[in-house]
Amino acid sequence: MTAEILAPFLPRKHGSADDGLPEGVLGGRLARIDGPAKVTGAAAFSLEHRPEGLVYMALVRAPVAAGALTVDAEAARAAPGVVATLTPETFPALASASDWTGAPGPEGPWRPIGPEARWMGQPVAAVVAETWEEAAEAAALVRISGEDGAAFASDLHAPDAPEGFAMEPADIVWGDAEAALAGAETVIEATYRTPREHHVAIEPHGMIAQWDGDRLTIHEPSQWVDGMARAHAERFGIPFENVRIVSPYIGGGFGSKAMAYAWSALAIQAARDLGRPVKLALTRAQTFTALGGRAATRSTLRIGADAEGKLVGIDLNSASETSLDAIWPENPGPPASEMYAVPNFRARHRLVQVNSVTPGALRAPGESPGAFGLECAMDELAWALRMDPLSLRLKNYAETDPRSGKPWSTRRLREAFAAGAERFGWWDRPLAPRSMREGRELIGWGMASGAFPVINTPAEARVRIGTDGRAEVLSGGTEMGQGTYTILAQTAAEAIGLPAGAVSVRLGDSELPGAPVSGGSQLANLMTGAVMKAARAARDELVALALTHPASPLRDAGNDLEISGGRLRAPRDGGEGVSIADLFAATGAPGIDVMRDTLPEGSTAQDRFETFTTVTRMGRGANSPTASMSWIAHFAEVRVDEDFGTVRLSRLVSAVDAGRLYNPRLAESQVKGGAIMGIGMALLEEGVIDRRFGRAINDNLGDYLAPTQADVPGIEVIDVGVPDYDASALGGKAVGEIGIVGVAPAIANAVFHATGKRIRDLPITLEKVLETPAFA
Amino acid sequence: MKNFDYIRPETAAEARDAAARPGARLLAGGTTLVDLARAGAETPDLVVDISRLAAAEPRLGAIEALEGEGGSGGETLRLGALVTMARAEADPTLRLAAPAVAQSLALAASPQIRNMATLGGNLLQRTRCPYFRDPAAFPSCNKRAPGSGCSALGGPWKGRAALGATASCVAAYPGDLAAALVAFDAVVEIAGPEGVRDLPVAGLFLTPLDAGSAARDTGLAPGEMIEGIRLPASAAAARSTYLKIRDRASYEFATVGVAAGLDLGPDGTVRDARIALTGVAPVPLRARAAEAALLGAPLTEEAAARAGRLAFAPDPAGPDSDAPDPGAARFKLTLGPRVVARALLTLGGLA
Repeated sequence: MTAEILAPFLPRKHGSADDGLPEGVLGGRLARIDGPAKVTGAAAFSLEHRPEGLVYMALVRAPVAAGALTVDAEAARAAPGVVATLTPETFPALASASDWTGAPGPEGPWRPIGPEARWMGQPVAAVVAETWEEAAEAAALVRISGEDGAAFASDLHAPDAPEGFAMEPADIVWGDAEAALAGAETVIEATYRTPREHHVAIEPHGMIAQWDGDRLTIHEPSQWVDGMARAHAERFGIPFENVRIVSPYIGGGFGSKAMAYAWSALAIQAARDLGRPVKLALTRAQTFTALGGRAATRSTLRIGADAEGKLVGIDLNSASETSLDAIWPENPGPPASEMYAVPNFRARHRLVQVNSVTPGALRAPGESPGAFGLECAMDELAWALRMDPLSLRLKNYAETDPRSGKPWSTRRLREAFAAGAERFGWWDRPLAPRSMREGRELIGWGMASGAFPVINTPAEARVRIGTDGRAEVLSGGTEMGQGTYTILAQTAAEAIGLPAGAVSVRLGDSELPGAPVSGGSQLANLMTGAVMKAARAARDELVALALTHPASPLRDAGNDLEISGGRLRAPRDGGEGVSIADLFAATGAPGIDVMRDTLPEGSTAQDRFETFTTVTRMGRGANSPTASMSWIAHFAEVRVDEDFGTVRLSRLVSAVDAGRLYNPRLAESQVKGGAIMGIGMALLEEGVIDRRFGRAINDNLGDYLAPTQADVPGIEVIDVGVPDYDASALGGKAVGEIGIVGVAPAIANAVFHATGKRIRDLPITLEKVLETPAFA
Repeated sequence: MKNFDYIRPETAAEARDAAARPGARLLAGGTTLVDLARAGAETPDLVVDISRLAAAEPRLGAIEALEGEGGSGGETLRLGALVTMARAEADPTLRLAAPAVAQSLALAASPQIRNMATLGGNLLQRTRCPYFRDPAAFPSCNKRAPGSGCSALGGPWKGRAALGATASCVAAYPGDLAAALVAFDAVVEIAGPEGVRDLPVAGLFLTPLDAGSAARDTGLAPGEMIEGIRLPASAAAARSTYLKIRDRASYEFATVGVAAGLDLGPDGTVRDARIALTGVAPVPLRARAAEAALLGAPLTEEAAARAGRLAFAPDPAGPDSDAPDPGAARFKLTLGPRVVARALLTLGGLA
């Protein structure tokens, strides 16, 4: 009985991850310190700045998906308030920016707009006017005529989609999957599809660009101020140092605000031409075509098992769509390779170029669609074997990384299974679908698991202790709702011995110390690491000042001092001690200011530049002796009204191993946020593409269905992680993206358990439930 | 957005005069007009703001019980055109007299929108057809630019009409409230240059065939303004429900919406039945054949299912012969009858 097998893995402690730590140290449940400013409106977001002389830019988009365009801006130029029009004909030559690996772009001139449509909705011209309304009205006067009948490819799932090309370097192979499948007792084969999904961050994209001589300041929501500053600098031929990006707050990024999109060069160029600050705010509809969401994917899986359910082989043939302009793989291969102990494996991926904007990173790229195929296929295999789906997973538990053979740094997925199953009541689940019913609703229980890799990049941090006794943390790392401000305050407070409220944090400014992209779930680990180092150094300087300065009340009080609550004391001195402010007052010292980094010893200025502006220094590297991932198990209950096809999620229990949680309250919130996006992926979200035009028709928040509160049941997050000092300096793994991974298959599997209907293309909308026969 | 003139008249008469000017649009809650103007689907020359008119004309903002006007001896409820959706949905009299009407409001849009949107404006909301809403991307739209064609025909929009669509326009009427009002014989009070006239809510809306053009959604003439809605009391309205089916649990237009009411005799015989549909046709549809089939017999699963099928059967008298394929909305012909049946069973205590 599997429940008993798992019993030793049940955590001794249940409930939230609250371990009673004070808020002012890492591990405490401090509420977001940026919360009050955000709920009162005091937090100024990038596009809320109003520099003097501001003018407004409106984009004009291609009305067709392909072919030569003629852009006539004459009427727009004459419209009231218009100060500039930007068209392919007149746009000056810029230089290509290097890509995110630092590889230089193509030689020769580069322009953000050209005379050829590559996708419908592509920005191809712009108008600048004294007011936004004038700019928008004039933009509507720009006449664009396209070629008639130019051929294009709309999307991956179109019946006439091109075959694409194999991405052979990404193949993952061990053993002989083909032979193993041929000899397997049971083989299931199925194809799973995920649609184009969009970020729909509540704050749309845009920027305010302003030149001062050859210095450029940009207010722009940015997950990566240094990386985007580099791209802007290269395009406009100015030194990196001359570009400042300011992005203290971000209204949701989810991967979509880490790149300097081509259209941003329109605003920067116009600001240079006009000598005035230019604001470009994308409309909601424009965010659907000016930047890419998650690429549509297709995964054909064959999984073979012996009679006992032991996997003998997995074969995955997958494809994802990309644009005509760039290669963006949304590859389900790696996630399929990391979950199960299987002796024979092959994953191959193809890329299919379609006439769309280049897709981008959307929370858990690859992992999220990858888990959908793999974890539904495992559920199908379990049913084919008449096995409990969790028991099948345990039978094939990967004790080491199946791909590299390395040990895991930590893998507490079994503990996640145990805790999640117990909380959910999984072991009461009848094996057969259509077994549970209440009134006219069928009830189903499904589960799935997922993983997300731990990566890391070095960073810098500056910590100041002021004469008022308060500390300040400074970093170019960014806050997009995940809690960076808060955990960095906790880090410095713990290191120095201050209450969290005595630490302020400045983030999101390329003038501040360097940080890599806030992406790949890496920022919390790398920034707490850098800030801990700097804050400890600041503490040491503070103690040295107190012990050695002639005017210090604590001079020669011992070899070290204790600092707590912002007061310094000699060890074992139970007295009041001396406040930091009094120490500075007594000594006349000007405060403390230290900068530290986590780069390798002897790093050069070029190393630093590449660390913060490319992804080349990211990762754990092939030389790492362990493989390191976060793990999650989701248990979902759905209620399906079969007459209507409507699916409602009624319970979700998510047990996560993300190593040490620096702030359990915020980490749980991140996992819930990811899970909510997973609910959308499972049941609601899809860019509905009209293949006759090659464009999504539901480009607004009313019609692109992201989950509302009413779609989200109470989500229970259970923390089963332990500090993993092999994964990161302070023991954390990856929190930001793991929450979404596996939610969609858990829900799809629950729908199968409720109805006997296996729906393999997302989202699971009501008409698919109506039209899919049971047990087909 | 095109520049426009803006006025805020002091009286309803002034507002109507202004609204009669070419290119004029009334602005109440703004939740439809502003949205469509931003999208470029509405380009008013003159915006006539009536949102504060109730100060001078209290009846526009009032909910009143009119004694002795009810069809079956009860009271008629009069809802001013400027009453917000939020206020109406919370009104205890309305909730008692016609639960379907209150529910149709509570299930619509979002609380923020319902706080702004008015009942008159709600009735006059235009289709959610994405091709109608995006003139820059889809120049062809007979509703927006008569004679230009229909971009939605043959497209993947599943919100389109499954019944009563024509090759000239497949847009569906999206509102919930109108269906509930149509079911219970509500009347709109319309004031205009020629005086005041009453029109059944069912007669307010025009199909492209009725109007001779997809461009015209209603029979309102320039300068006419809805000033109030009269909802007669009836036993069927008092025992009514609004069932709204959609993928998202909130903040989504109806894939299929059904307002239904029943009056059951002491022996369980159906004495009166009301069924109206939204989200499935160019206008809110009263399902009279389905209603008639229920009368005089007890409500059973089978009777409810049959009523559902009748509600979605092509109208033999209607000009459906040249109706285009229901395309992406074909599933509504399967779903819709079940929604009708469930609404009836709920009312009969059989669900």
